[in-house]
Amino acid sequence: MLGPNLFANYGEAVAIILFGIGFSNLLLQKNLIKKIIGLNIMDTAVYLYLAEKGYIDGRVAPIVTNGVQEVGAYINPVPSGLVLTGIVVSVSVTALMLSLTIRLYRRYHTLDLDEISTRLKKEGL
Amino acid sequence: MKRKDNAFFRWFFGETDTMLGRVEMRPQQEYTETASDIREVMQDSLTQDQTGDEEDFVLIRVFHRLYRVAAVFFCVALIAVLLINVSWLPKNGGADNPVNNEVSARYIESGLQETGAVNIVTGMILDYRAFDTFGESNVLFIATVTVLILLRLDKEKKAPAKKGMPVYQRPKDELTIAQAQSRDRIYEPKNNVILQVVAGFLVPILFIFGIYVILNGHLSPGGGFSGGAIIGAGLILYLNAFGFEKTERFFTEKTYKWVSFFSLTFYCLAKSYSFFTGANHLESGIPLGTPGAILSSGLILPLNICVGLVVACTMYAFYALFRKGGF
Repeated sequence: MLGPNLFANYGEAVAIILFGIGFSNLLLQKNLIKKIIGLNIMDTAVYLYLAEKGYIDGRVAPIVTNGVQEVGAYINPVPSGLVLTGIVVSVSVTALMLSLTIRLYRRYHTLDLDEISTRLKKEGL
Repeated sequence: MKRKDNAFFRWFFGETDTMLGRVEMRPQQEYTETASDIREVMQDSLTQDQTGDEEDFVLIRVFHRLYRVAAVFFCVALIAVLLINVSWLPKNGGADNPVNNEVSARYIESGLQETGAVNIVTGMILDYRAFDTFGESNVLFIATVTVLILLRLDKEKKAPAKKGMPVYQRPKDELTIAQAQSRDRIYEPKNNVILQVVAGFLVPILFIFGIYVILNGHLSPGGGFSGGAIIGAGLILYLNAFGFEKTERFFTEKTYKWVSFFSLTFYCLAKSYSFFTGANHLESGIPLGTPGAILSSGLILPLNICVGLVVACTMYAFYALFRKGGF
């Protein structure tokens, strides 16, 4: 069942474990801020995974030096661009979630999601 | 100027709401909170673990325990399945992995000739995939606008809500910007000498470094996003050291609005030529220059500057909005 390359792919394995940690944070924490932190850990795991996928042994970052333009000299540039996109989107999403959390806190004076939903039901919404 | 009187303009100037009557809207209940309410809530949260009427909540407690067990089980199962997947992936770092296909080979082999950028990643994201980057800048802009809608405070207290007023016209029951400013001064240190001296050294260096990173985006690691983030960090440091009175001399909501507007519009117009050429070969007619020179690689340098401006403004705007609810 287990394939041959688990320990050779240790970078990807770490990314998967980080993803799981972030996801369990998202499920188990009641505090909204901690949930957002969990989502950010998941984002980081995705960046690590992409960076690991783009890496090739013994090659350098894709910046042309000394006019060398062979494929064999540089790592894959595509995942680097995708990580950039991911970072920008995660910054925006984090800011949006934090501002929504601030609004909830201003109204209910708590960050506990269970308590907020209980009080929402009490208000009849 | 005489205004045209059609549905769009009436909506645009806030006279009618097109959603009214078409979407089901329930008025939000008046929310009043007294001191006794707050005390009750605090009491509840303090004594939650020791309340005697546990029998009534047995089901809830069982559900909570089950939920936690199920959540942990689900996460462990997810990690296990994904780890098995990882173990079957080709070895990390191999040159003949399926990820390294003809796309990246093409970018590396002819990226320098086609885009003129020494940094292949910059050439990729600002020339081959420039529309993707345009979308990213717009995502940042839209996020700032949404945070502005959610957190902005009114300049002065509005008249209290009347009975029967539609929900969207009622004033928000919140602080005014002046009250927020006075509260901001309570919690933040005022005229901290250490911070001010260090900021005096660091802020110019941060700005120069950020500008360097943006201008050399096509030659070295970096580019609009990282350089913009550095400049934004410098602005935030300046704000923390000297306060809003100093930053408002050169950065207000108006500055943000115009800088973002001009950057995004310039980006959009500059990259629109590939629409007109059918996105075949992107014959722009702009000379690519000698690779390695600072004024080379066609449009990449101006586009980098636009992206950097948008990112710097966005970082500062996020911080100012979260701290005070305004610029």
